[in-house]
Amino acid sequence: MTDYHLNINGKPHIVEGVEDSTPLLWVLRDTLGLLGTKYGCGIALCGACTIHIDGIPIRSCSFPVSAVDGKEIRTIEGLAGNDGALHALQQAWIASDVAQCGYCQAGQLMSAAALLDENPNPSDSDIDEAMQGNYCRCGTYNRIKAAIHTAADNLSVPRGKS
Amino acid sequence: MNKLSSGPVSSTSSLEALFDEIDPKGDISLPANIQMDRRSFLKVSSLLGAGFMLAFSLNKTANASSSAGGLELNAYIRISPDGSIFIFSKNPEIGQGVKTSMPMIIAEELDADWNDVSVEQSPINEKLFGRQNAGGSRSIASNWDTLRKVGAVARHMLIQAAANEWGVPAEECTAEKSHVLHARTQQKSTYGKLANKAATVPVPSLVSLKLKDSRDYKILGKRITGVDNHALVTGQPLFGIDQTLPGMLYAVYEKCPAVGGTVESANLDEVRKLAGVKHAFILKGNGNVMELKPGIAIVATSTWAALQAKKQLKVNWDESNASNDSWSRLFNQAQHMKNRPAEKTLHEKGNVEGAMQGAAQSIDALYSFHFAAHATLEPQNCTAWYQKGAVEVWAPTQSPGRGLSSVANTLGINEDKVTIHQTRAGGGFGRRLVNDPACEAVAISKHINAPVKLQWTREDDMAHDFYRTGGFHSFKGGLAPDGKIDFLEDHLITFSHDGEKPVIAGAPRQPSHVFPAQLLNNFRLSQSLLPLKTSCGLLRAPESNTTAWAVQSFLHELATTAGTDHLEFLLELLGKPQWLPPKNLYGLHTGRAANVIKLAAEKSGWGKPQPAGRGLGLAFHFCHAGHFAEVADVSVSADKKITVHNVTVVADIGPVINLSGAENQCQGSVIDGLSTMLGLEISMEKGRIQQSNFDTYPLLRMPEAPNVDVHFIQSDYPPTGAGEPALPPLAPAVCNAIYAASAYRVRTLPITKEGFSI
Repeated sequence: MTDYHLNINGKPHIVEGVEDSTPLLWVLRDTLGLLGTKYGCGIALCGACTIHIDGIPIRSCSFPVSAVDGKEIRTIEGLAGNDGALHALQQAWIASDVAQCGYCQAGQLMSAAALLDENPNPSDSDIDEAMQGNYCRCGTYNRIKAAIHTAADNLSVPRGKS
Repeated sequence: MNKLSSGPVSSTSSLEALFDEIDPKGDISLPANIQMDRRSFLKVSSLLGAGFMLAFSLNKTANASSSAGGLELNAYIRISPDGSIFIFSKNPEIGQGVKTSMPMIIAEELDADWNDVSVEQSPINEKLFGRQNAGGSRSIASNWDTLRKVGAVARHMLIQAAANEWGVPAEECTAEKSHVLHARTQQKSTYGKLANKAATVPVPSLVSLKLKDSRDYKILGKRITGVDNHALVTGQPLFGIDQTLPGMLYAVYEKCPAVGGTVESANLDEVRKLAGVKHAFILKGNGNVMELKPGIAIVATSTWAALQAKKQLKVNWDESNASNDSWSRLFNQAQHMKNRPAEKTLHEKGNVEGAMQGAAQSIDALYSFHFAAHATLEPQNCTAWYQKGAVEVWAPTQSPGRGLSSVANTLGINEDKVTIHQTRAGGGFGRRLVNDPACEAVAISKHINAPVKLQWTREDDMAHDFYRTGGFHSFKGGLAPDGKIDFLEDHLITFSHDGEKPVIAGAPRQPSHVFPAQLLNNFRLSQSLLPLKTSCGLLRAPESNTTAWAVQSFLHELATTAGTDHLEFLLELLGKPQWLPPKNLYGLHTGRAANVIKLAAEKSGWGKPQPAGRGLGLAFHFCHAGHFAEVADVSVSADKKITVHNVTVVADIGPVINLSGAENQCQGSVIDGLSTMLGLEISMEKGRIQQSNFDTYPLLRMPEAPNVDVHFIQSDYPPTGAGEPALPPLAPAVCNAIYAASAYRVRTLPITKEGFSI
C-alpha cells in the first residue's frame, strides 16, 4: 500500500493507500471518480481504457499505478481545453455522428489524439495503424476514420490546437 | 429467496416469451400498439407557471389510475416558459439510436426547433409506457403513429393558445421552429411564452388531427446527430458501469464454468482475509439460469480488490447436473445425422419426393455454423441498493420491464418494490434482454445490506452468455430443365434443451415464411435435434443471422449450377410484385425485394469484368420488416487470404427517420456481420466455454474494415427499424464473392474453419 502523487489532466491528485499493482484504470474510475475511461477486457486488447502517459497512448487496464508516479496523465476528461473548448477530434466526432453505443469512443479519441499530436496529416493507413488497438463492437470504423481526417483538416487551418 | 433449487438447469422459457414479444409469430397487422383517443391524453401543468406538460396514457386503466391521484404518465413533452422543450425517450438506448430518433418524430409534428429540444430517458413503467424494450428492431415501427400524434396534439394546443390570445381563428395560425405565427396580423410568439396558456386549452379530437405531409418535414429524414454525443466525447458517466452510489461497495460473482453446476464448497475464510475484501459468501441461486445462478459473491472496497480476490478463490463445484456439452462431439454427430432421415417435418408444400425423382439436375450441401457470443464492449454489470424490503437498480438492460419481474422473483418481493433506472448500455446485441446481472446485484445487495456495483470480468461475460446457437443446414435442391428451382429441402440440424423443442432461435419461428419457400412449388423444411445444456439466446437478427447465410449461399449454388447469373436468378425467383403472407408490413414484398436487389447490383457495378482473384457476391434477406440487398467486393489470394474492399448496402425500410443513424446502423451491421463470419467461434468442452477473452474471440479491427456504401429506397410504406436487418445478408454476400473470386464454396462459419483469413 502506497500513496501516489498523480498529475492528471494538469491537476495534482494524491491517491492514498493503493495496492502497487492496481491498474491505473481502477484508480481513475473507483478512487478518483474519473469514469470516462472504460473497462473492456483487462488484458490490453480492446483499447476502451486508452489514456495518455506523457503523451503516449497506453492501455490503463494493464498499466500499474506504481509505474506512473510523477508522469503526466491525460484522460478523456482532459481532452477538451480548460475553458471547455472541445478538441478538434471531439468536434469532428459530434459532427460526424460517429458513436453508436459510444462505449469505446473515449479510448478511440485518446488514440486518435495521440496520432494527430505525432502526425497532423495522417493517411488512411497511418490511421489504420494507430487505431488498430481500439475495438468498436458497433462497427463505426468508417466514421472514426472520416472524423480523424476532418479533425486533421480543421487543425491544419492555422489557428492552433485547442 | 424463492424457488431455491440445486436441481437441473431450467429452460429459457421466459426468453421465448420475450422473443414472442419482440418478434410476434402471428399474422399481426400492423404495429399500432396503442389505441389512442382524446380521452387518453392528460395535460398537466405540473407547477403553477412552470409551463406545459403533455402526456398520454396507454389505456383507460392507466388513465383512471392517474386521475385517481398518482402522476402516472408515459411519453410526454414538457415545454418550459424559457422555451426549452423536454422530450422523454421511453426505450433503452443500446447504440441503436432511438434516444435520438424517437424524440425526432415528436419534435417534427410539434414543429419544434430541434435546437430547443432536450431528451431525457423515461422511467420504467410498462403499465403506462407500454413496451419498453430494445429488441426486434421495432421501436420505430411500433411507435411511429403514437409519437406523431403526441407531437401534433401539442402543436395544436400551442396554436390554439396563440389564437385565443390574439383573437384570431386557429386555422389561420401556423407553427414553425418552436413559434406560432399569424401572417395576417404579423404576430409571432414562442412556444415558451405560450406554454402556460396551452396547458389550459382542451385536448383536440384525434380524429380531426392533421399530421404533417412528409414534404414539409424539417427534422425527419435529415442527418441528426446523437443527443448524447457531447456527453460521450467528453467522458461523462452515462453507462451502467459508471453508476456510483454513496457508500457503494464493489462486487464480483463467480459461477460454475459449466452451466447447471452448484457450489459444494469454497475457501471463503481465506478470501475474506484478503486486502479490501468485506464479504465473501455463497448464493444458492433460484433455479432459473436467466435470473440467479448459484455462485460465490466477493464484495470489496474497490473493483480491483474484488478482482484480485476472485483470482484466489478456490471452489469445489457440484457438477452432477451440469452441462457436459462437447462441441467437437456434437459437430461429428451432425455430420452423421445429415445422411439420415430428418426426425420431424416442420413444413412441406408440393411433392418434394416426387420432384427429387424427376429433377433435371440436383445438388446437395451441408452448411455448418458455430456458436457465437454477444461480447458487448461494456461487460455485464449492475448497481443495486436493497433497503427495507425494496430495491433500486441501475441497469444497462435491453428489457427493463422484464427486469422488474426477474428482480422481484429473485428477491421474493412484489414488482412494485422494484425500481429500475435505465442507463445507456455499451452495446446490447440481444445479450441484455436477459437481466441476470441485475438479479445477481440485488441478491448481493440484500445479503450485505449495502449499495453495490457488480462487475463481470470479460472472462465472466464470455463464459456466462446466452449464446447464438450453432447449427447445420443440410440442403438438397433441384433444377427443372428451364433452370428454375424445382424443389428445395432444408434439413435443419439444431439443438434442444428438452428433447422436444429447438433451443431459442434454433429453428425458424414461421417455417412457412422461410425464404424462398413461399415462392416454390416443392419445399420441405425438416428438423433433427441434438441434446444441449449450454444456454442459448438471441443475437442481433436472431435465426436470420445464420439462415440467411445458408439459404442465400445455397441459392447461389443453384444459380451457378443452372448457369444463370445470380442477379437474374434472384429476380426470376421473386417474380411479379406481391406481398407474401402475412401480407402486411411484416411480410416480404417481392417488388420491394427486387428493387433493393437491382439497386445494389447497379451501385456495385454488378456484371462488370473483375480482375483474377476478385469477385462480387450478392445476397438478399428480409427480416424485421426490412428488405436488404448487399454486394461484397472481395479479393482472395492463393493462400486463402481475403480482402473485403467494399460492401454496398441497399435498404428499403420505408421513409428513413434519421439518415445519419440509419446509415450508421447499416455500416455497423456490416462490420459486425463480417467480424462474426470471419473468425468468431464459441465452442465448449466438458460444458466449459473454450473462449475467454478477445485473445481467443478476436473482433474485427479497423485495418480489416471495408468501406460500406449505404443507399436507401425511401418507399411510402410506414417506417421500420434499422438495427438488425442489415446484418443477415452480409455473410452470404461475402461467401458468394469468395466463390466468384476463387470458385471455392465456403460452407462453414466462421470461415477460418475452412482455412480463410483476413
